[in-house]
Amino acid sequence: MSTKIERSKIRKRIHWRKQDTELTLLALPTFIWYILFSFLPMFGMIIAFKNFKISGNFISNVLNSSWVGFKNFEFLFKSNDAWIILRNTIGYNIIFIILGIVLPVMFAIMISLLHSRKASKVYQTMMFLPYFLSWVVVSAVGWAFFSFDKGILNQFLVGIGHDAVNWYMEPQYWPYILIFLNIWKSIGYGMIIYLATITGIDSTYYEAAVIDGASIWQQTRFITLPMLKMVIVMMFILSVGRIFYTDFGLFYQVTRDSNSLYNVATTVDVLVYKQLKTATVGMASAAAFVQSMLGCITILSANWIVKKIDSESAMI
Amino acid sequence: MAKTPTYQSGLEKFNRTSNGINALFTLIFILLAIACVVPVIVVLSISLTDESYIRETGYSIFPTALSGDAYSYIAKQGTMILRALGVSLLVTVVGTILGVLLTTTMGYVISRPAYKLKNFLTWVVFIPMVFNGGLVSSYFINTNFLGLKNSVWALILPLAVSSFNVIICKTFFRSTIPDGLIESAEIDGASQFRTFFSIILPISLPVLATIGLFLCFGYWNDWFQSMLYIDNQNLYSLQALLNSLMSNADALARNSISMGISFAELVATMPKESARMAVAILIVLPVACAYPFFQRYFITGLTIGAVKG
Repeated sequence: MSTKIERSKIRKRIHWRKQDTELTLLALPTFIWYILFSFLPMFGMIIAFKNFKISGNFISNVLNSSWVGFKNFEFLFKSNDAWIILRNTIGYNIIFIILGIVLPVMFAIMISLLHSRKASKVYQTMMFLPYFLSWVVVSAVGWAFFSFDKGILNQFLVGIGHDAVNWYMEPQYWPYILIFLNIWKSIGYGMIIYLATITGIDSTYYEAAVIDGASIWQQTRFITLPMLKMVIVMMFILSVGRIFYTDFGLFYQVTRDSNSLYNVATTVDVLVYKQLKTATVGMASAAAFVQSMLGCITILSANWIVKKIDSESAMI
Repeated sequence: MAKTPTYQSGLEKFNRTSNGINALFTLIFILLAIACVVPVIVVLSISLTDESYIRETGYSIFPTALSGDAYSYIAKQGTMILRALGVSLLVTVVGTILGVLLTTTMGYVISRPAYKLKNFLTWVVFIPMVFNGGLVSSYFINTNFLGLKNSVWALILPLAVSSFNVIICKTFFRSTIPDGLIESAEIDGASQFRTFFSIILPISLPVLATIGLFLCFGYWNDWFQSMLYIDNQNLYSLQALLNSLMSNADALARNSISMGISFAELVATMPKESARMAVAILIVLPVACAYPFFQRYFITGLTIGAVKG
């Protein structure tokens, strides 16, 4: 008797209802989008192992082009560029990760200590502006500053009796410029994330600390920073997960694709784009393949670590 | 950000930084804030500076020899700029509406606990977050297979859905909409379409606004899709136009040749430098004016993403 009821219950659960059909129809357009724009490219990655020709229909090209095994990868890793590019990608990212945590945390704490709430809101809004500018616009602004004959910086340098610098031809300045611009563009965004946590801290902690005679510095050191620790760790791990990806706009647009800056401004994304545009598909697809694979591994391991620390914050 | 009391308690007044420190911090933030808005000022002042002055002295942070030539040039002869403005507006509007629809429907469907394909579709949404096909194969799928080269859809479709937004939607529907509400609609005989469009969407305005704004600013600011897929100058968005003007300011004259003047003459008389910055102003000004009003929604979206809840 009882097993009969259970069985009918189970059957009921397996039974496909009218709602299921409707929900499936509702999700269908987005599902098709995912197939076309996310999953087809994943299968398209096999062109990294093929001698792919650009002309004609994609599917028949993929099927008909000959397998070349790891030739494209050999070609990629035998070039000197591979190591320069790997160095740039990881090097810049390490600096961006460190500065991208230290500075926003510092400024978020500082801005939360300002006496005037109104003023702090105004500064916050102003510092959020670069986040909303596209790299094309930033590149135009950069040109206004760095242009050789008309640039604001050179006018200033000549004004104080220096020689004008041909900025777009001198690689030694660019690591600093690129780091500065990256921080400049993301500082408002970072600040907002940490500030949201700071304003969420229960004020009774601070009240208790004041009664115990703690100074502002001690309150920051022993209440604010520990409360921020979890968010900082999460942001750190998430950005480590994306260490093989860079902001294409920063490295391509802002440097105006200057050849003199090749060694300091070429990252994986720039390399893939340039080779795609110059139709060296073999190397481009190999580089994109390596980036996707390494990216997947780092993201999954970062997520695994997050899960160990705090399972609530993990993506999966 | 959220809780800012309008009054300050006595304890709060007692427990604050000394006036000296406050003044120092204020100074630092004033400088930082200025550094962050300087670009808009520079671009605006160049666009308003007289062309011959720029040619002689160069760019300057503050407008010196004021002139509206660039803007009157755009108004008179800027067919190309006006068309680019049209493309940008079209892509932003259509893309945002399409993106919001695709994102929220999927978010709603995978938020229904009893739905049979829930797990399957959740994986469909999740996998692209950790793994993607990369630029090269996406490019070939989009151009050779889907035929999006030199089509305005190439600017719209690839950016319409992001798994991140779908997850935000799913979390929102799951946590704020009571199951009872949906069940009662089901009992009353409403189809899932009806439930979604006339019950769920109207009470989900905060998440619609958050996602809509991210999409809207994303489309307006996008230049990469144009760089990849658009060669036809008639389909240039404002961003793509500015991009090509940065490498060749003469391009602006190309479309005006039919006006009866020779190309060389046009290039010589055109306010190249200031017109190019005027295009940048067309891009930046709407954004700079709009975002302070919507900051709340961006902050919600960003903090959900980073801190999750």
